[in-house]
Amino acid sequence: MLTVATGNKAVATAVKDSKTRVVAAYPITPQTEIVEEIANTVAAGTLEAEYIPVESEHSAMAACIGASATGIRTFTATSSHGLVYMCEMLHWSAGARLPIVMANANRALAPGWNIGAEHSDSISMRDTGWLQVYVSTVQEAYDATIMAFRIAENNDVLLPVMINLDGFLLTHITQSLETVDTGDYIPPLSLPHAIDIDNPVGYGTLTPFSEHFKFRWDIERGMRDSVPVIVDAEKEFGARFGRKYDLWEKYRFDDAEVIVIAMGTLGKEMEVAVDLLREEGIKAGSLRCRWFRPFVPPDLSGREVVVIDRDYSFGYGGVLANELKAKCGCDPFSVIAGLGGQDVTFDDIAGFVRMRTPGEEHWFGVNGNV
Amino acid sequence: MMIYIQRIAMTELPKEEYILKCTSACAGCSDTLSLRYALKAAGHDTVLVVPACCTSVIQGLYPNTAFNVPVYNVAFASAAAVASGMSAAFRTMGRKTNVICWAGDGGTVDIGIQALSGAFERGADILYICYDNEAYGNTGMQRSGATPLGALTTTTPAGKPVFKKDLDGIVEAHNPPYMATACSAYPKDLFNKVKKALSIEGPKFIHILAPCPPGWRYPADQTIAVGRMAVKTGMWILYEREYGELSVSAPSKAAFRKPVPVGEYLGMQGRFRSIDNGKISLLQQAADKNMESFRKEAECTC
Amino acid sequence: MYEIRLHSRGGQGGVTAAKILAYAAFLDGNYATATPLYGAERRGAPVVSFIRIDDRPIRVYSPIRHPDLVIVLETGIMETVDVLQGIKDGGRVLINSPEPMDLGEYHVSYVDLTGIALSLDLVVSGNPILNTPLIGALSKMGLITHESGEKAISETFSDERNIKAAGRAFEEVIL
Repeated sequence: MLTVATGNKAVATAVKDSKTRVVAAYPITPQTEIVEEIANTVAAGTLEAEYIPVESEHSAMAACIGASATGIRTFTATSSHGLVYMCEMLHWSAGARLPIVMANANRALAPGWNIGAEHSDSISMRDTGWLQVYVSTVQEAYDATIMAFRIAENNDVLLPVMINLDGFLLTHITQSLETVDTGDYIPPLSLPHAIDIDNPVGYGTLTPFSEHFKFRWDIERGMRDSVPVIVDAEKEFGARFGRKYDLWEKYRFDDAEVIVIAMGTLGKEMEVAVDLLREEGIKAGSLRCRWFRPFVPPDLSGREVVVIDRDYSFGYGGVLANELKAKCGCDPFSVIAGLGGQDVTFDDIAGFVRMRTPGEEHWFGVNGNV
Repeated sequence: MMIYIQRIAMTELPKEEYILKCTSACAGCSDTLSLRYALKAAGHDTVLVVPACCTSVIQGLYPNTAFNVPVYNVAFASAAAVASGMSAAFRTMGRKTNVICWAGDGGTVDIGIQALSGAFERGADILYICYDNEAYGNTGMQRSGATPLGALTTTTPAGKPVFKKDLDGIVEAHNPPYMATACSAYPKDLFNKVKKALSIEGPKFIHILAPCPPGWRYPADQTIAVGRMAVKTGMWILYEREYGELSVSAPSKAAFRKPVPVGEYLGMQGRFRSIDNGKISLLQQAADKNMESFRKEAECTC
Repeated sequence: MYEIRLHSRGGQGGVTAAKILAYAAFLDGNYATATPLYGAERRGAPVVSFIRIDDRPIRVYSPIRHPDLVIVLETGIMETVDVLQGIKDGGRVLINSPEPMDLGEYHVSYVDLTGIALSLDLVVSGNPILNTPLIGALSKMGLITHESGEKAISETFSDERNIKAAGRAFEEVIL
């Protein structure tokens, strides 16, 4: 069905179309429409699921863990402080190898209270073992949520997946949306370690020093094995539903001499900057990072690189820029822009490219730019 | 936005205003109305600890604030814990500064309950005030544990299927030196209770019913009328406990003698527009039972 | 790309108006986006929505700096908000008003959306519904077709008075 919807509505619709069975969630701006829409569809009977209005985000993830452990399809959504409040349970759910899917509305961290888009919330959870994808259109939010269930539940993966949407910029924008009949695109969930009364085992018991690291390696193995699963899921999605996705989305990339790299909505707006720069004679191109975890380094050899980080690791640098530097061997011009909902336009992005200096860091809007 | 309510011996109250005429509150807001009187009672030597709630927004946008006392804004779950730490620090310095948590129902009864229970169990010298509009107001009126049975919220589109959590009972179980209920429709009563609480050392708790025009869906000029009806029907009982010893406040004593049917209260609010008779009956029974239990205890006939 | 900035007060339905407009433009076969700009949000506070319409996919998310059209759902807002900020040369303005307004070089169209809503008793919680008659006025201005405007309205609201209100505004708007 072809219609228009907000990013939040698209996610909630995908949760319904994926036949999710348990949703435990706590409201937080700007995710609330997801939770409310799910409550509506459960009340109306169009989504056959248990909706648990938990009392905090920590409990939301805890309830999802409990539900998912029985082998049932589970979803939650949060943002910002909600995400970091459930931090220990994020570690837990990945370690417990549970295919929970969660939408995160990227929003700045306090103090002060700010409800603008920023990636620091999910970026600060990058070590947890959760897969992370960053989407940039309403359609992609829908598609990625459906693909997330298939990827998470694949028995070579069995890791939770986080879909990141820019707070307000994507959660609240109305764009066109085509929904699909998922059919058997998502196979039935068959969790190998689902609780089985007839085969009782202890979950997450004490592990001795000689064993624990093996479980940690196993998470990493799941992450590595997720790459072909992601690629296959996206290929199959394209074949069935006509929309093709990649780990990194290229725009005018092949003959570009300077590449702009970003995540989320800036990753779409930067394409307009690329077009502008090309008209000026600068051979620009862009690369939008969709899958941040697992991080599959792109080939940037021979190009100049400008990276926009909508996040920061204090005392170190922009996270995306530094991960690219470490894994691709490039020396990016690292721009820190868009924190706390700071407006960044395609004109600004074109400006970053024009002023690029390899290896330098540029804080957009800070006097002297540090 | 200032709201002028009917004259009730205002001359006795301190003139100093700590809430300035430039808040971001909705018209008819119980939060600012209550806070205005609470701060008059608390006075200058006061710090407010405010978790995520409507008050976070009502202060205004940086670099301005509409509140003329120090306000420490904190993460949603943490108000009582932060206050407990702050109070301990002040006392260590020999200062008697009032440390007052000013929190909504969400940050008290749901995500904040752990911190509240811990602070009270430890005997922290704080006043915890929960202004209760029975939903998550700041994020657009989703249900909270304090939402009453049958009420429409954005996450209970068919009406809340379970009862309001008995926050007062939970607090009472911690045997605090002082606890009380209040209502924004009775500001002088609230003023007196805050004043009394702050004269006592240890954990104190005041639970304010805060009718909310956008959340409860009634015209903005009806806040006082709705609050009074809550008390008249017994849906909200005004009382105090000092180390558990009960005294019922005058408006509720009057309500016990001649309670109004709860339907009168429910009918004033759009959030109850689709409540069925079964639930109305349950609410009536609960109100009756509650009033009876309070009446008996007050008369020591239990 | 045609860019529209819509100024209203919280609770007047400005955000929904933007969504309906985007939907109507989409039904016309265009690409369209609508997005609200939230500040310290509460009933009665000024609110801004951005609508973009294009025949190609829209990849811009940042606020509209140079609108082609500025819509003002309540002229009282103009006392505290510079609604014309950044408007393009030759940009148009549409105000909710029974009377014309002189805004210098900018062409001002006007229609009494409030009057239309009140006359049809199209009022919710004390607020006259302005968004659906607005759609009628915008279709007269040629932003969307009449059919798509009606379809978008009827799929959003079931009350038929909304279609009537749109029809009235279509007739009465002074361009």
